[in-house]
Amino acid sequence: MSDAQSVEADGSASEEVPLSGADIEPDEEKPLVVENLRKTFGGIVAVDDVSFDVEAGTITGLIGPNGAGKSTTFNCITGALKPDSGTVRFQGEDITGLRPDVVANRGLVRTFQIARALDEMTVLENLMLSPKAQLGEKMWRSVFPVARGEVIAQEKELREQVWETLEFFEIDHLAEEYAGNLSGGQQKLLEMSRAMMTEPDMLLLDEPMAGVNPTLEEKLLERIHDLREQGYTFLLVEHDMDVIMENCERVIVMHQGTVLADGTPAEIRADEQVIEAYLGENI
Amino acid sequence: MSDDRSGGLKGQLWETIEKSDLRIVVFTLGFVYILFAVLIVLEQGASLDTVNPIVGAWRQITFLAAAYGILALALNLQWGYAGMFNIGIAGFMAVGVYTMALLSTSPDAVSGMGLGLPLWVGIPAGMLAAALVGLLAAIPALRLRADYLAIVTLGLSEIIRLTAGSRDISQWTEEHLNFATGGGSGISLPDRPTDPIFETATGEALIDLFVIEVAGEEFELVSSSIVQRFTWVVVMLIVMLGVYWLLLRIGYSPFGRVLQAIREDELVAQSLGKDTRWFKIKIFMVGCALMGLGGILWQGSQGFTSPNDFEPVLTFYVFIALIIGGSGSNTGSVVGAILFVGLLFEAPRRVGSVIDARVGLDGAPGTFRGAVEGLTSLEIMPLLAYTLDNLAPLQFVLLGVVLVVLVQRRPQGVLGHRTETAAAADLTKRSPRGENNE
Repeated sequence: MSDAQSVEADGSASEEVPLSGADIEPDEEKPLVVENLRKTFGGIVAVDDVSFDVEAGTITGLIGPNGAGKSTTFNCITGALKPDSGTVRFQGEDITGLRPDVVANRGLVRTFQIARALDEMTVLENLMLSPKAQLGEKMWRSVFPVARGEVIAQEKELREQVWETLEFFEIDHLAEEYAGNLSGGQQKLLEMSRAMMTEPDMLLLDEPMAGVNPTLEEKLLERIHDLREQGYTFLLVEHDMDVIMENCERVIVMHQGTVLADGTPAEIRADEQVIEAYLGENI
Repeated sequence: MSDDRSGGLKGQLWETIEKSDLRIVVFTLGFVYILFAVLIVLEQGASLDTVNPIVGAWRQITFLAAAYGILALALNLQWGYAGMFNIGIAGFMAVGVYTMALLSTSPDAVSGMGLGLPLWVGIPAGMLAAALVGLLAAIPALRLRADYLAIVTLGLSEIIRLTAGSRDISQWTEEHLNFATGGGSGISLPDRPTDPIFETATGEALIDLFVIEVAGEEFELVSSSIVQRFTWVVVMLIVMLGVYWLLLRIGYSPFGRVLQAIREDELVAQSLGKDTRWFKIKIFMVGCALMGLGGILWQGSQGFTSPNDFEPVLTFYVFIALIIGGSGSNTGSVVGAILFVGLLFEAPRRVGSVIDARVGLDGAPGTFRGAVEGLTSLEIMPLLAYTLDNLAPLQFVLLGVVLVVLVQRRPQGVLGHRTETAAAADLTKRSPRGENNE
């Protein structure tokens, strides 16, 4: 891996002192850069001065015990929550506090911890929703005769993409099913394929393996690796240590709202603080 | 509500009907028509004289069904598609009707005062005004949770009704702006645009269609006033069809897909890059414009309107119609409107007069106590008479019971789970391979 990574690993291993902003230059190699992020709810500090970055074309894991602030960090990055302070940069641009749809349109797309399929819509409709700037999202185009012809033509093109994506994720047999009838694991696959249909540059997956049976989990991981090889970048929030350790090039450990450690799986395994935070859990 | 599903018409017949949406609507309307024909024959006996009241009842039902149909479709757009909880329907109707009235009523009307502009100015302006008031309601509510939209719209609809009823405002505008709402005494409205037809030969020919010869004398099967008013109902049905078409276009499109996603989970729609605010504002405005139109065609077609025509209960009637039919389904909206008007709104009164005519109940007790007292000596007549005497308030009880039963037993409405497909093309079909290679 690059030198940048070892520098950061050293930095985080040294003390609880978070990475100083100066270390992190907006860089094409680092699509996502989070600096000094802070979010409080009333008196509770959920995210306290968190800084990290994600390198292009990698699978980076974000782990930590319950209440470590992983999901809050996620929500602050994607615009579901507005951070109190700190900055989030995506592909060199400041996206701090932007609305979720703006963040998504920049190419940073997320999935949810508890799968949020659109239950009363079919799997096909779920995926058709995703593509950006569809002609027919303008009401007048959908209504007036000639313009509608163009909309229908585009729908037919997108339909092909949707079927290909469904085949890639191996859920094409469920295409006409209402999303609400899918199992939890299938919904996770649906969510990811739906996110892929937006043609993102980077995917933030919030516990993609939660509630997924081992067979589907393997399938899901395979897809993630396939996609990484195609050049996509992943940030993965995960509870399951084994998944993170086996699949991520780099791991960021959060604990009580701060970044506790940041490094390769091997470095994290050896990190005293991490072991302490997980209280003897076998990493 | 599912009598028409199982009432002797099982199996194949229902299947054929269920295949086409038009057939469902026609069948439902036919069912209600037959029901009323039977009730009127029971009340007045079968003779040629009964034709006129039967057609009159049909006209009344179709008129209200078309009005509620348009309103239910508009509500379906907002609530069924996008999940926007608008309980100010009466208010948006009032804005439409009053704007049309202020523009198109003649300056020397009996009550109120308008600018006397033609209807083709008044009606679109009424719709536009309703849309703009909708925008006003939606903007602050968008920042808040869905429930707040409900509170805002309910409050707004009452403000509109009270404003229309204000004598002071009416006097002030009359002095300064040359139009006036007429306050509590209401405003006169322009004539129905279909009425002039009956001053021409075509209109007279139309009326003559219903004049037959019986024993050498001319007999008016259906009175000319009913024919005249039924013609307006036909216009309303055509408009309803247009609204239905518009909704299909909106629903079966990427735009409609985003609306459905907003209804299901707004954060998901946002996380996929949809600026949900604009989708919601647009659809809310279109829905409100259609409510304005519905108001104009309905309350605006009766020659006169006053704030009393826009009580909040009207809003709930529209909700009941949509819930009966099945929220989310366009055909359901129309079917719900027919069933609501036919079975819940008009039928009780009709059944009341049948019982009255058949049993002949006189001297209904004045109090509920008087009504139930007889029960101790097993006399149900006082209770029956009391019930018939108080049919209007008891109708509310009926509506409440039906709503509770429906929400508990069949929350998806008569037509069941029939969410419209959210795409402009058939998604299940795939083009042959190679055809779409960029």
